[in-house]
Order: sequence, then structure tokens, then C-alpha cells
Amino acid sequence: MPENGIGAPVRRREDKRFLTGKGRYTDDINRPGQLYAYFLRSPVAHAKVTRVETAQAEAAPGVVAVFTGQDMAADNVGSLPCGWTVTDRHGEPHKAPPHYPLVRDKVRYVGDHVAMVVAESYAQARDAADLIEVDYDELPAVVDTKEAMSGTQIHDEAPSNLCFDWELGDKDAVEQAMSQAANVVELDLINNRLIPNAMEPRAAIGDYDSGTDSYTVYSTSQNPHLLRLILCAFVLNLPESRVRVIAPDVGGGFGSKIYAYAEETCCTWAAKKVGRPVKWTAERGEAFVSDAHGRDHVTNVKLAVDQEGKFLALKVDTTANVGAYLSSFSTCVPTYLYATLLAGQYATPAIYANVKAVFTSTAPVDAYRGAGRPEATYLIERVVEVAARQLGMDPAELRRKNFIKPDQFPYQTPVALTYDIGNYEASLDKALEMIDYKGFPARKAEAETRGKLRGIGLSAYIEACGIAPSAVVGALGAGVGLWESAQVRFNATGTVSVMTGAHSHGQGHETSFAQLVSEKLGIPYENVEIVHGDTGAIPMGMGTYGSRSLAVGGSAIVRACDKIVEKGRKIAAHLLEASVDDVEFKDGQFTVVGTDRSKSMGEVAFTAYVPHNYPEGVEPGLDETAFYDPLNFTYPAGVHIAEIEVDPDTGITQIVDWVAVDDFGRVLNPMIVEGQVHGGIAQGVGQALLENCVYDKESGQLVTGSYMDYTMPRADDLPSFRVGMTVTECTHNPLGVKGCGEAGAIAAPPALINAITDAIGEEIDMPATAEKVWRVCQARFAQAAE
Amino acid sequence: MPSLSMTINGKQVTKDVDPNTLLVQFLRENLSLTGTHVGCDTSQCGACVVHVNGKSVKSCTMLAVQAEGSDVTTIEGLAQGDELHPMQAAFREHHGLQCGFCTPGMVMSAVDLLQNNPDPSETEIREWLEGNICRCTGYHNIVKAIQAAASEMRR
Repeated sequence: MPENGIGAPVRRREDKRFLTGKGRYTDDINRPGQLYAYFLRSPVAHAKVTRVETAQAEAAPGVVAVFTGQDMAADNVGSLPCGWTVTDRHGEPHKAPPHYPLVRDKVRYVGDHVAMVVAESYAQARDAADLIEVDYDELPAVVDTKEAMSGTQIHDEAPSNLCFDWELGDKDAVEQAMSQAANVVELDLINNRLIPNAMEPRAAIGDYDSGTDSYTVYSTSQNPHLLRLILCAFVLNLPESRVRVIAPDVGGGFGSKIYAYAEETCCTWAAKKVGRPVKWTAERGEAFVSDAHGRDHVTNVKLAVDQEGKFLALKVDTTANVGAYLSSFSTCVPTYLYATLLAGQYATPAIYANVKAVFTSTAPVDAYRGAGRPEATYLIERVVEVAARQLGMDPAELRRKNFIKPDQFPYQTPVALTYDIGNYEASLDKALEMIDYKGFPARKAEAETRGKLRGIGLSAYIEACGIAPSAVVGALGAGVGLWESAQVRFNATGTVSVMTGAHSHGQGHETSFAQLVSEKLGIPYENVEIVHGDTGAIPMGMGTYGSRSLAVGGSAIVRACDKIVEKGRKIAAHLLEASVDDVEFKDGQFTVVGTDRSKSMGEVAFTAYVPHNYPEGVEPGLDETAFYDPLNFTYPAGVHIAEIEVDPDTGITQIVDWVAVDDFGRVLNPMIVEGQVHGGIAQGVGQALLENCVYDKESGQLVTGSYMDYTMPRADDLPSFRVGMTVTECTHNPLGVKGCGEAGAIAAPPALINAITDAIGEEIDMPATAEKVWRVCQARFAQAAE
Repeated sequence: MPSLSMTINGKQVTKDVDPNTLLVQFLRENLSLTGTHVGCDTSQCGACVVHVNGKSVKSCTMLAVQAEGSDVTTIEGLAQGDELHPMQAAFREHHGLQCGFCTPGMVMSAVDLLQNNPDPSETEIREWLEGNICRCTGYHNIVKAIQAAASEMRR
């Protein structure tokens, strides 16, 4: 392994700019003559808009223009599309009501976009927005997921607020197994609604050049080409060739920056209308009301188990809240990224899921770190834990008994996926050993002497990453292909520029992808530069989400490197006066087999650009592009164990130990991978203990709309984590990698809730806040005293 | 418009500013020192922490005019030329940052912690960071980086 090659914990090259204040985020960019946009947002959850009067605002100091939905309608601006059509269980497509960037007749959530003010300064735009008069004919709000279908209808197109009623699996087989099973364990679960909260608020600049009739859009995007595609093909009706989207340094995404939003659409459109660049940066309060939220499921789950503890069948009924409109990928999250994962790590023979997606008068809901897979894992790992308690079995052993065994791979689940490889017992054993599972009863007894309730909780998760085989997702309704691209370009002097369609917003691609290319081409790490995030500089790419960057984008880089080597062999063979078949490539040298005659990669690259002595029929230059379409999903899996202590007098849960053992396949940079695990666990702990998005049921107002109200995990809420690894290499991509970005957020919530319920002896919904836990403890004390 | 003078990263600066300009706006918009970030609107996230007369301050909670005559250090002024401050070097060595957005405030806050407490325990570090939110790292490596910087700076 070269010093900076695959497997080395190389320190990140992007850090220097971030640590010295030289990062370049969208809000750090200013264009000459730039104006500022402010969006007037709906103060009510659900209303007909009967009048919008903008004259006074238009006359206010500094104001250049005020736009409403009618102005966009007059320009034939389209609706923000949903990129995945789910077909319901009656064969009908989901209901996809229009989602206009600025509303035309109705507002449907607090924060919906009523008008856009463009002014010389942000303060002027904001002040002028106060002068816009809007008449709202208010309608009842619908915020509760469970009650949405009986609430006031939000869209004409969607009776009973039903977006789709979808199913997967063999219902008859499941019902038959349930009716004959010795035990059926049942749980009602809420997967609480979350607000992603990347630390950089969303921002956009639209810049129109009338000289070339072209646009440059700066945006906090995880996938600049996808944003360009949506803006051009669906909303603004522009040729893609005339629109360049730049996603510079992006301060975290976690899913929330995948989507095409109203604001960047409006800034792009308005830039031509006013003839000057238009910039918008979200205030945090705007991010809370208008970023796509995550999760928000209400679920009933039943697990049938035989007398020996073998799982026979799993039945899941879920209502999923999609919010007021369909965000870009909202529909695939509670379906194909959720129900397809319901086998988990277990050989359950029959599984059936019914999912109803409902519209509510709340912000749109879409993928948030994990996206469907945390919801699936939560219900599986909770019901398995409860089953172990009801059957009086050790929860680790019940899991072991039902694991898919290493010799069963490839394993076809009853819910469509084929797992290629895994070794779940290996992760379980390592995690049990790391946490000293056998020593837990003694630790619990010791905690009791201090008045503390100690609990332990396991979570054996699986996820489907490497998103995704295009033909498979296409057959399921996706409107895009989910391949990735890479261009590897040698410069004449031997340095390499790698253009990747993946986008880094914290993942460290500039480092890890350079490690990969350094090893593949046998050239110094320092000589490799990674270019991403600019549709003007990279081949069309699909961006970063679903832990796909290395498995799909990295595989594309490998394929492009292979092409470089293949061409290099022809050039080297010519220079070495040997047959191409006799030239082998290793560690940066092309060598005639069995001799010491060789040419370096650098010499070959120079020859390709200065082809004075060159093979006939070979093109000059050394610059290759590859597109990689994965053959299957990848299946990272692992076991997390949380050990906690509850103080029954305060309800505070202290995490005393956390062990994470993950199988991500081959690991490229272990330092970065561990960092991803830590961050994922923190978000999972946030969901389980602290975070909760709350809308007021009557008014539809977002109650948790600031950092004073929405509890972000802070340093003193979290412990340090112990991370272990096991490895089974992915069988179908050239790197053997699986992906690591979402694992922690998927694994953590059930581990923690299993630990807390173990400690307090009662079921509790997320977030298990100190108040909720305290109430349970007090009720139990009162009961014991009676 | 009042004229305002202060020392920023060792350089004397004089500018006319609107009296309602926040210190963070003055740094970002008037001086193009965009290393100091704005992550919230309620003085909770700490992405905007700078030093004013040697003490860490959330620059979104302070008007620029309140810093008249002060000595202000931002993230851009922490390294000595190409040599990173030990705290910056430790964040890099221990992977204490991912997206980099909270990082400037986190580093400036951590430097002030060590001025107050050169040998903090893990608990003391975590409590000190209560006013700085990071969404990427889970704080694990930030804590490690600060411990390492503390040990380096005590040598």
C-alpha cells in the first residue's frame, strides 16, 4: 500500500482552507451588481389567497421588483416536480399536485412562498415585504399524520389527503403465518419528525448573462447536475447547455440539499427579469420552516414468532407524512427505501407492508440521513427486542438465531432486494465482546446501589446503499438514472485532474478520491486534484446521497483509471518496442514482462501530449471518462450497542458506553469512515433523545422553529464512541466498498430506545426526553408504592 | 454613518458603517472576512465566534460599533503565515471537522477555552462547547483535537 493509498488514514487536504477561514460557501460569493431577495412566507398553515397587493412594496426604498405566483404563471414557469412516481396497490400513479415556486391560489404550510421581493439590500427587501398586503381565507390546518386522512382536503387532486396507498410483499402468506404462530408480538411506533439542520443554511445566487443568453446558478446543492436538470427540463424551460450550476463548498446536507427548492428557482428566473444577479441566503428560521423535513411515520408492526424463537412473518402498516407538496424524491423514501429493507438481517420468510402516504399542511418531507432505512430498522429492532423480552430470551441470542447465515448469500429477501454478502454474527460477536455483554448484569447491579437504572440495547441494522442500479429504480418509478461519472485527465507534466459527479459537503472526497487515484495509477497523491460541484467543469453526474459516493462514484473513477492504463499500455509498448500483450502495469510503471525495461506513467503521459514518437492509430492525449451503473445496491450492516443509565429523579439518560461495529466492506480512509460513524450516531441519538419537530395541531404553526425550541445535540449531550469494524467485501463493484454515511443514524435510535426501555421497564416513544422518562419513572414508583 | 476604527487580525481598520450593523456583518460584508460564518439567528450555533480583546464572542450578538477601538481576531488571523495555530493543526490531525462550516467558531471558542483552562477534562471541554453546534462530527473528534492541542500547548 502506498503511504497515501487505499486504506491509509490520510489527513484531509480540504481542511487547510476550512481551518483558516478560506472555505468558499455560497453566501461567501458576491456577484457585481448583485441584488438581494427576500421571500414573503405564509404566516398561516392553510388558506385560500384571495388578494396580493404589492404596489406599496414596489414603491419602497431600494426595491427593484416584487414577484408573485401570477408573474411566474404569466412566464409559463412550471411546477417543481417529484422525480419518483410510485404506483399504488390498485395500479394508479401517486397523486402529484402542482408545486409552484410561488403560490398561485392557496398556501399549504407555514413558510409557503407567497411573494419574492428583490432590492438593493437585504434589509430593504425584508422591510418592503412587510408592505405587501395579502388576504388569507383561512382553512383548517392538518398536521397530524394519523388524522390526516380525515382532515380538510389540501389539494383538489388528492381526496382524503391520500397521496398513495402502496404495498409490498405477500399479504396472504403473512396473514396465514400470523394466524398459526405461537406468538405474535405487536407494537405501535412513532418515528418522530426531524429537521435536518445542516449548519450552513441554504443559499442561492442567480446570475443571467444577456450577452450569451446564459445563466450561472450558485447553490448549496448536493447534486448540481440534478438541480440543473430539474430547473431546465421541468420548471424554467431552459436549455441545459445555457445553465451552469455551481455548488461550491457546501456546509453539510444530510439529504436536505438534494432537492430543487423554490428559492433557487426564483433567484434564477428573477435574474433575467431584473437583469442583475439575485442572491438569497436563508435565515435559520427560514431553514426550519422551509427545508425538507425527515421521517414522520406512524406504524403498527406485528412479528410472528414460533416456540423456538424463529421469526415466521412480519406485517407492517405505516402512515407516512409527505407534507404539503411532494419534494423531489419524497415518494421513494417511505416505499422503496423503506419497505424493501424490512427483512433487516433476518431470514424472516414472509413480509408484508402497507404504506399510506398523506398530505398535511406542513413543510414537505423528504430524505434525511438514512431516508426510509432508519424507519425500517427502528421498527424491526424494536419489535425484535420486545419479542425477546416477551419470550424471555436473550435479545442477542434471539437475533443470532434468526440471522441470515454467511452461507445463504446471495440472499433473496421476501421484499425484493438481493443481499450480496454479509456476516452478521461476526459483527454481533465483536460488539458483544467490545461492550463486555456478559459483565452487564454486574454493572446494572452496581448502578442500582447508586440509585440509577442501567439498561443495554442492541441494534442490528442493514441498509441499502450505492444508490442505485438505473434499470431497477427505473422499473420502480424513478425518473432518473442513478449511475455516476468520472473523468480522469492527465496533464502533460504528469499531474492528474479528476472530475467527479459526486459532490463533497463534508465527506472528504478531495482526499479519499485522490488516495484512490494515486493507488490506481501509481502516481504521487499530491499530484492528483479532485474537481467537483460545477456543471461547467465536470461530466454529468448524479451527486451525493444514499452513501453512494465511493461505491458508485469511486467505481466510475476506477473504470476511468482502467481506461487510462489500457491506453497507456499501447503507448508504452510502442516506446519499449514490445507487443502490447507483453506490457504489464504495476505501481506506476509499464514494464515488458520478464525484463527490467519500463516506462513510467509520467513518461507515457508526456508522450501522449507530445506524440513525436507515437503508435499508429492511437489518439494523442490521456483523458478518459467512465460512467458506472451499479449492478445491485450495496448492503452495509452492523451491530450497535448502547449502554445507558437513567436517573429516575430527573429522567436524564446518560449514555455510558457506545459500541459500533460496522461492515462497510473495504475501507478507503478509516479516519474519514470513523468520522462518518460518529456523526451518524450523533444524529441518531438526537432523534432518540432530543429532537422533535412539532406543529401546533390547531394553528399549524411550527412550534420548534429555532435553536431555542428544537433541541440539537450539543457536545455535552453526547459521549465518545467506540468504533469497530468487520469486513465482507461487496461482490459487485470494483472496489469491494459499501458506503458508510448513514449507518450511525440508522443504527442508533433503536439501540438507544432498547436500552432506555430495558432500564425503565416501559415502552416509550422517541424522543425519550428527560421529562417523558421522568414521568414513566414516577408512575412506576407510585405504582410500586400502592 | 458613524466612522468606526478597530484592529482586526493585527491591522488597523477604519470604515463608515450603519449603526445597526452587527460585528459579523461588518467582518463578512464590509471587510470580506468570510471565514466567520452565520449559522443561526438566535445566537445559539456559535459559527460566528471571534475574539474581541482576547475573549471569545459571538459576533452576531454584538454591534460593530460596540467593538470601536477593540482588538479583534478572526479565524483568518489565527495562523502565523503558513504555520497553523496548534488548535488548527490538532483539528486537522484528529479529523475534528467535516463540512467546515462550524469550524471557525469551534476553533476560536476552543482557543479561548485553553486560555481559561490549559488542561481541561473531557467533561469540561464538552461543557465549554455548549454554545457551538456541529452537525457533522458528533463532537467526538473535536473533543480529541482540543485535548491534543491542550497537551501540545502545555509543552
